[in-house]
Amino acid sequence: MNNEAYPLIFERSTAGRSGFSLPENDVEDMEIESMFEDEYIRKEKAELPEVSELQLIRHYTGLSTRNHGVDTGFYPLGSCTMKYNPKLNEDVARLPGFSHIHPYQEESTVQGALTWMYDLQESLCEITGMDTVTLQPAAGAQGEWTGLMMIRAFHENNGDYGRTKVIVPDSAHGTNPASATVAGFEAVTVKTNERGLVDIEDLKRLVDHQTAALMLTNPNTLGLFEEEILVMAEVVHEAGGKLYYDGANLNAILGYTRPGDMGFDVVHLNLHKTFTGPHGGGGPGSGPVGVTAEFDPYLPKPVLVKNNDGITFEYERPSSIGRVKPYYGNFGINLRAYTYIRTMGAEGLRRVSEYAVLNANYMMRKLEKSFELPYKQHCKHEFVISGKLQKKQGVRTLDMAKRLLDFGYHPPTIYFPINVEEAMMIEPTETEAKETLDGFIETMEQIALEAKNEPEKVQEAPHSTVVGRMDETTAARKPVLKYDFNR
Amino acid sequence: MEFRYLPMTDEDKSVMLETIGAGSTDDLFSDIPEKIRLKEEMKLKPPENEYALMKELRELSEKNANMRQYTSFLGAGVYDHYIPSVVDHVISRSEFYTAYTPYQPEISQGELQAIFEFQTMIAELTGMDVANSSMYDGGTALAEAVTLAAAQSKGKKILLSDTVHPDSLEVIKTYAKAHDLELVFLNEENGTMALDELENHLSEDVAAVVAQYPNFLGKVEPLGEIKKAMKDKAEKAMFIVSANPLALGYLTPPGDFGADIVVGDTQVFGIPAQYGGPHCGYFAVTKKLMRKVPGRLIGETVDEKGERGFVLTLQAREQHIRREKATSNICSNQALNALASSVALTSLGKEGLVKMAKMNIQKAMYLRKCVIEKGMSLLVDGPFFNELAIRLPVPVREANEYLFDHGIIGGFDLGKIDSKYENCMLVAVTELRSKDEIEEFAQLLGGLDE
Repeated sequence: MNNEAYPLIFERSTAGRSGFSLPENDVEDMEIESMFEDEYIRKEKAELPEVSELQLIRHYTGLSTRNHGVDTGFYPLGSCTMKYNPKLNEDVARLPGFSHIHPYQEESTVQGALTWMYDLQESLCEITGMDTVTLQPAAGAQGEWTGLMMIRAFHENNGDYGRTKVIVPDSAHGTNPASATVAGFEAVTVKTNERGLVDIEDLKRLVDHQTAALMLTNPNTLGLFEEEILVMAEVVHEAGGKLYYDGANLNAILGYTRPGDMGFDVVHLNLHKTFTGPHGGGGPGSGPVGVTAEFDPYLPKPVLVKNNDGITFEYERPSSIGRVKPYYGNFGINLRAYTYIRTMGAEGLRRVSEYAVLNANYMMRKLEKSFELPYKQHCKHEFVISGKLQKKQGVRTLDMAKRLLDFGYHPPTIYFPINVEEAMMIEPTETEAKETLDGFIETMEQIALEAKNEPEKVQEAPHSTVVGRMDETTAARKPVLKYDFNR
Repeated sequence: MEFRYLPMTDEDKSVMLETIGAGSTDDLFSDIPEKIRLKEEMKLKPPENEYALMKELRELSEKNANMRQYTSFLGAGVYDHYIPSVVDHVISRSEFYTAYTPYQPEISQGELQAIFEFQTMIAELTGMDVANSSMYDGGTALAEAVTLAAAQSKGKKILLSDTVHPDSLEVIKTYAKAHDLELVFLNEENGTMALDELENHLSEDVAAVVAQYPNFLGKVEPLGEIKKAMKDKAEKAMFIVSANPLALGYLTPPGDFGADIVVGDTQVFGIPAQYGGPHCGYFAVTKKLMRKVPGRLIGETVDEKGERGFVLTLQAREQHIRREKATSNICSNQALNALASSVALTSLGKEGLVKMAKMNIQKAMYLRKCVIEKGMSLLVDGPFFNELAIRLPVPVREANEYLFDHGIIGGFDLGKIDSKYENCMLVAVTELRSKDEIEEFAQLLGGLDE
């Protein structure tokens, strides 16, 4: 990485430079100032940078070299499924017949788009074991919220207004309780047992006539399969509640089992995780939701259906929860996922999970020699180790994460799930070769040795990055959220 | 069958299984109860090679009429604008697009700084103190603004102009159900919010007033007068403005009129229409609301050596910390699209933005002139930014079919949102539409008979 202090684009600006190439104004030059009331005409121009095209390219290219992506190196960030992002997907998404179509064009002029969208819905139904899928939600969290709103509509439609609670495990992703809250529910936490699984007795105690749903990730965020899923489904269903599947960890079970077969009623998927839509530095994502037939009436509208006229959007959906997003979802991300599914087919997708799980177990068995492993059984696509032993030597998980940066690795997810002390959550994914895993394992072993023998080396890491550890306290206490043009 | 994304060899597999102490990979899945194990292969289309799949999908793409091949006059929230070549080159740098959220600042300074620059540009454009790192899109950003305002002012009543984008209004209705909000829709009068109706509904229990700028009919909402009415009768209510950020190159920023929250979509800067998404919402607020903003914020700070750097900050607001106490569940943002918009805005720069905004007005006003010359009338008269509604002698669908036969994608059928707009077409004219295209369009529409 480049080590120089790096100016902001505004600091590179010089009045009089330009980097644009607008068409000439070929209509008669009208005096527009007199058309608008003076109060509505902007007096001071927005301070945008003035740079040439090469200056622009150098600036952003330089920024890119100060960033680590999957294409740069290993990125075992647990729960994020940082797998390879196929280049074909990017090429397909840029075909003008897909990238330059307008959401309000007549349906007859976009049948090519609707064709694959419908096919993607069908494929996601097959992969999840659900009856219908909507592609509308913009991201996983919005998918969660959409699914919960449908569950709420379902209960209310049955005259069941007392179902105010959504149960989530203490190991759940933060979005689960947050989505439950913003869907108007009260989030209730169920405990994890000593094997890292949902405590069934605690669940039985919590489930009652107020239960709207149980939200679950399976395998869970510890990377462990909830073996008692059928019992849990029965407990919840018998009390009149519904089962919600958080698809964040679907990469572990493709072709092995399906949420629908486990008894889930509503499922969201993260196409940017399992199905290779790139993460983009934080987004855009896409969060389709699949449901069983009884939830069909509540799907967000419009719903893409196939009938005698071809493929069309159906707007007359009186029980629908309504729109959750303008237009029809993150089309460009959905298209990448579709391209990926077509590349892999059923055989390829099953191998994805087979190898993702194999890679994770291999790393886990190697690393348990140097780190505390809180749960001993086979894991699925990810696992959690604890930095407890190293903490006693004065080295925290954060320090080890920072030390990994010196070796060119993105660290695992740390301090999550919150029920494991000094947690490190590692998800290698199936697209990494054994040599890469071995390299990472060796580095982790070396860091464990350093923690024991020369802890300051780890405590003071990173040593080789473009900036050192950041003062996050001041950043939060005295926030500077934009450039000050007067300084 | 070979899979180019899967590096596992038979040799790797046996060495790894031995390390694990498992006989086969099936053993690793033995925790899945027999009863729910999938017994047969999923019914999906067979795997396809790269060449064949590209060919198939290209052919599928060619079944769509695209705006590079047809001349488009369609807008209504999604616009066909100039996208500088540099945009795609920058966002194709895979260090950007294959990265996750910048949780490790030491190896994410590129992304963090780029988004800090985006926040600065949005704050500049909108005239607001603080902008976040982006939202899913303009519609959901507006819905989040409404729920934020309701939580902040502890009220339930929201006044919305019915000149706000209809899809955004639909999204707000869905969000309102979750938060038990009372939505009151204000009719338009001569194409902008009816101010007497606004005054009738304003009271101390109003949590927010929502307007779009320019509005869905292309008109400039009188933000100054709306704010004045609010000051008199509903001082605590939040003023939420959904603004087209390109228009803010020419129009006074909402911040100058005392807006509390300004949202919108930066699709106009460097993001292709792509059938409605992904686009890029922005969310800007006054300093007072800084700690209430949904989504991520990037802040400037220093490292241990005192060097400037950037970090995700004020995370105590966010869902992963607040969990069940969260007021928004938004997790991902639209970072890559925010980057695209930053690049487009950098390319345009201080002068280019103004030039582009003015050209949109020039072209829209030229279309207005042509349409009137051809004997057609307008739903309401201007001035317009880059959209106007034309009354047609025939249903819009028919007109669009006729235009399509001439290689033109016509405008939006306003009759779809309200029967009072029957036969009214909302037409967008950007800097990309040439004089000839505008004249041909007016000529064709002018030739339509009842």
